[in-house]
Amino acid sequence: MQNIHASQVRPPFYRDERVLGIFSQVLVVVIVLGLGLFFFSNMISGLREKHSVAISFSFLGQAAGFDIGESLIEYSRERTYLRAFVVGLLNTFQVAILGIIFATALGILIGVMRLSANFLVSRIASVYIDIFRNIPLLVLLIFWAQGVFLKLPRVAEAIVLPGPIFLSNRGVAIPWGIPTDSWPTYLLVLAAGIILGAVVAYFLREQGKRTGRMPLVTLWFLVTVGAVGLVGWIVLPQPMTIDQPFLEGFNTQGGKILSQQFMALLSGLIIYTAAFIAEVVRAGIQSVSKGQREAATALGLTPAQTLRLVIFPQALRVIIPPLTSQYLNLTKNSSLAIAIGYPDLFAVAGNTILNQTGREIEMFTMIMGTYLSLSLLTSLLMNAYNRRIRLVER
Amino acid sequence: MTSASDAQTDRSVLPITERYTLIGWLRRNLFSDAFNSILTLVALVFLFFVARNLLRWAFATAEWGVIPANFNLIMRGQYPATEAWRLWLVIYLLGAVVGVTWRLISGQFSGVARLLLTIPFFLMLIPFFSMGTRLNLFITAVASAAGYYIEGYLPIQRRGRAAVYFILAYLVIMLLLLRGFGADDGPMPPVSPILWGGLLLSLLLAFFGITLSFPLGVALALGRQSHLPAIRVMSVIYIEFIRGVPLISLLFMGQVMLQLFLPDGFPLVDRVLRALVAITLFSAAYTAENVRGGLQSIPRGQYEAAQALGLSAYQSTINIILPQALRAVIPVLVGQFISLFKDTTLVALVGIFDLLGIARTILANPDWLGTHQEVYAIIAVLFWIFSYSMSYASRRLERRLGVGVR
Repeated sequence: MQNIHASQVRPPFYRDERVLGIFSQVLVVVIVLGLGLFFFSNMISGLREKHSVAISFSFLGQAAGFDIGESLIEYSRERTYLRAFVVGLLNTFQVAILGIIFATALGILIGVMRLSANFLVSRIASVYIDIFRNIPLLVLLIFWAQGVFLKLPRVAEAIVLPGPIFLSNRGVAIPWGIPTDSWPTYLLVLAAGIILGAVVAYFLREQGKRTGRMPLVTLWFLVTVGAVGLVGWIVLPQPMTIDQPFLEGFNTQGGKILSQQFMALLSGLIIYTAAFIAEVVRAGIQSVSKGQREAATALGLTPAQTLRLVIFPQALRVIIPPLTSQYLNLTKNSSLAIAIGYPDLFAVAGNTILNQTGREIEMFTMIMGTYLSLSLLTSLLMNAYNRRIRLVER
Repeated sequence: MTSASDAQTDRSVLPITERYTLIGWLRRNLFSDAFNSILTLVALVFLFFVARNLLRWAFATAEWGVIPANFNLIMRGQYPATEAWRLWLVIYLLGAVVGVTWRLISGQFSGVARLLLTIPFFLMLIPFFSMGTRLNLFITAVASAAGYYIEGYLPIQRRGRAAVYFILAYLVIMLLLLRGFGADDGPMPPVSPILWGGLLLSLLLAFFGITLSFPLGVALALGRQSHLPAIRVMSVIYIEFIRGVPLISLLFMGQVMLQLFLPDGFPLVDRVLRALVAITLFSAAYTAENVRGGLQSIPRGQYEAAQALGLSAYQSTINIILPQALRAVIPVLVGQFISLFKDTTLVALVGIFDLLGIARTILANPDWLGTHQEVYAIIAVLFWIFSYSMSYASRRLERRLGVGVR
């Protein structure tokens, strides 16, 4: 009888892991491709009956024929569908960027309040978090739009806040700068200030590395830029005049008017996202072990230094990844603008253009492609930043 | 709270007489130094104004008449009133199933069980409820108590598995009761899902969204961790694509394009089902990422030990890896379920009358013009109650399973 070593015996093919692996992959690929092909062929034949050409983006060059409530760039109904799409995209950017800035500020404030040693302050923060994390954003947005901003008084009886800021059911009128002739020159001065600030920061950092005593680099950078900016503002003949809104008849004149849809969307997004960011910040700060704080105190660092040099850099490492996903969520959530009539990317492209042209495939491809690239771009940037501040281990 | 108790543990433990005096507590938590005292005062002023305005609005300004007048709409949408008894039957059965499965799983009549049992009685206190509604609520409470006691007499060995069977059976019966069958003039005329609405529909969408997206999400997470490249790549593409786009675009796509993908003459899939498909596919991608986090937290040794014991890949995944991975991510999973529940409101934008959709129709009625604040406040409170109880339950479960302790 021949002796066969166990490793030389191949199991029957139906129990061989390699065969099974290849087989299951082929099976999955065939199923997915088959389904995709099935859907695609159905779609093409359905579209043939509807349009002369199944898939084509040429309609983007036609005149849109509809108005858009607000736009950052010049737009009228004679412009093309593509222009309308860009208007929507810019509106999405506008609300997302402002939302991210304010939500971060409010979120950090509430997250720190949550950790306060003061019982009342920490309770207020935790009630805020528990309320806004547990109600749907859409309900909050619609409540905000129809229950608050629409219920504001008429323009003639507008609520006036110092500034002056006029709150009325037409929206919010705020003071706004109007650039004069010397504005472009002033921008150059500012750019020079930033370069000078960077140079100062570089030398301070080098000096800090040499001497071992790191000065407040960021502070000095800001001081330099601010000083140059201030000098430029005084020297140049008024680079910008402030246009203040005022009441005239049944409307406000001057300043900049932020529509109530925009304000409702922005404030809803800020309030909602801030609750999530607060939790992220709290978790981040709590993740720094107590020993770190004690060690810093033992080394003689002041509480402010401890926070700036020990706690914060370590907390940031935990905070950045979930914070990124909150920013992405805010951007994607801004698509709920459609419910309150703010013309963002989805409202313009997924609703108005789609209904007018009936080009579902093309429009959804463009919308999803845009959101996808935004997401991927943000993740890339944040991952790069994350890699920079990551813990370097031996 | 956490920091307040941290502050106490920082110091050496106070003598018991000082630990529990009111003055001592106030001094420690509110007036420990000048800055703290100022904070306390500012917070008190803030709270005073918020409370005053809120109470003024709730008791003087708000016109709550809109809620009792539309209560049935808010609860069940356009579900025909003549068939409402079927909904009550569903609720009785829910009570009974909760009673049975509670005893099967927990085995004791704990504080939470008592709390659950008091819910129907609390609801009976709502002033505008009719006597019939109160009676129905009472029957529900009786049914859940009965379910609990009857379970004691059932000869059941594998308790966890039995609980799952009970719940599955309940699901089937519930759908049969809601959907109806037979002729239109029979005892149980069919009710199209288009007519389901209000809280009923929101809860159903959330429930089925969760139960359908969970297995899909686990499968995708395993696919992403798989060593088979084709499966891994496809899972990654699916997850990243879905996570990159807003839910609303998927919902619109479901409504507009699903029919395009299907062959001519394929029966029209109804609106609600299309929305459910979109929600499920969306949520599965997020569940997958959460479960992946759990899978990555399992040390290699676990896989190797399972292999050394001669378990097949399938056995070790089901019996060794998944139970540990899922337990580690319970909080995030529940967070994901809560956000799915909240996201069901988006179906209101594609013409489905869930809780939010119903609110919009009520407000479109000229009789109730200008009651936006009242209606949306109630809707928000309803959502809040369900979401908050879910997160509360998850925190308890987490503590019981000892996540992060072992």
